[in-house]
Amino acid sequence: METIKIKATEDTPTVILDCENKIFEISGRSLPEDVVVFYQPVMKWLEELEKAPIENFELSIKLEYFNTASSKLILDILLKLEEIFLNGTPLKVKWYYLSTDSDMKEAGEEYSEIVGLPFEITQY
Amino acid sequence: MENTSKKTIVGQESLSKIFSFHRMMDEKEIMLVYCGEFSQELNKTLLSFTERKFKAENVEDNTRRKIFNVMVEVLQNISKNKVESTEDLSEVDSVFMLGINNNDYILISSNMIRNDKIPPLKSRIDQVNSLDKEGLKLLYKEVRLNASFSDVAGAGIGIIDIARKSENKLVYNFEALNNQFSLFSFLVRISK
Repeated sequence: METIKIKATEDTPTVILDCENKIFEISGRSLPEDVVVFYQPVMKWLEELEKAPIENFELSIKLEYFNTASSKLILDILLKLEEIFLNGTPLKVKWYYLSTDSDMKEAGEEYSEIVGLPFEITQY
Repeated sequence: MENTSKKTIVGQESLSKIFSFHRMMDEKEIMLVYCGEFSQELNKTLLSFTERKFKAENVEDNTRRKIFNVMVEVLQNISKNKVESTEDLSEVDSVFMLGINNNDYILISSNMIRNDKIPPLKSRIDQVNSLDKEGLKLLYKEVRLNASFSDVAGAGIGIIDIARKSENKLVYNFEALNNQFSLFSFLVRISK
């Protein structure tokens, strides 16, 4: 599968979807005005993943800030992963939050209540 | 005409206005004011300015994050919902302001809005003002899950998020400009 590496900017996160090195990560800030455009390659990549699942796929989400539009898109990503999981591919999401950031912890908990897949919430 | 305007600039009255404005800014009643056209590029500039200022002043992390989050939503509400000027009304500049009032940080925005967008916005704000913490959480989850991308902005999910982060009632006002447009003023309080 194609590797995606997007460098972080002031208002968009780092995105690494690297099958070779088994690094799957979204981190930093996600506040773009047009979230659909920014996340389009990620959604496309997930559709490919659905066709050719990767063993022990583990997505790390380590966000400092996200706007409400990104929050909707992250939910879409998680729902897509849930679909793949329910189709029989084991996978996991790791949600990271800064130890002092209770809102980010709560955001992770709220996602884990909605999507039915292994969801680990870890502080850093 | 030219003479008169020059006179006002250097006149005593204007200077005393500047002094009182200076005092308000110095005492942090006003920390940032912007009036003009809004874009994502400008939002980024205002956000990084505010962030640097808060870091330099050692504002507590959680408060700083809440203000940043609310500010993103307020600014993007302005820049995303721009209205084009029409024949009978030239575009009115939008305003964003950040300041301190008593023990609260306050964020104020004022921008033009189409009159037909007032009822859903008004009912959303009234709704979030009537809910407690748990109610807001449920509403946020429900709207986020059910809103499609085309109407995620229109669904007012930003307003729900602002209410959750603010933990205070949201204050608003609509001032009619003509039968098509109004000025929407919005105030968010974040307690220190």
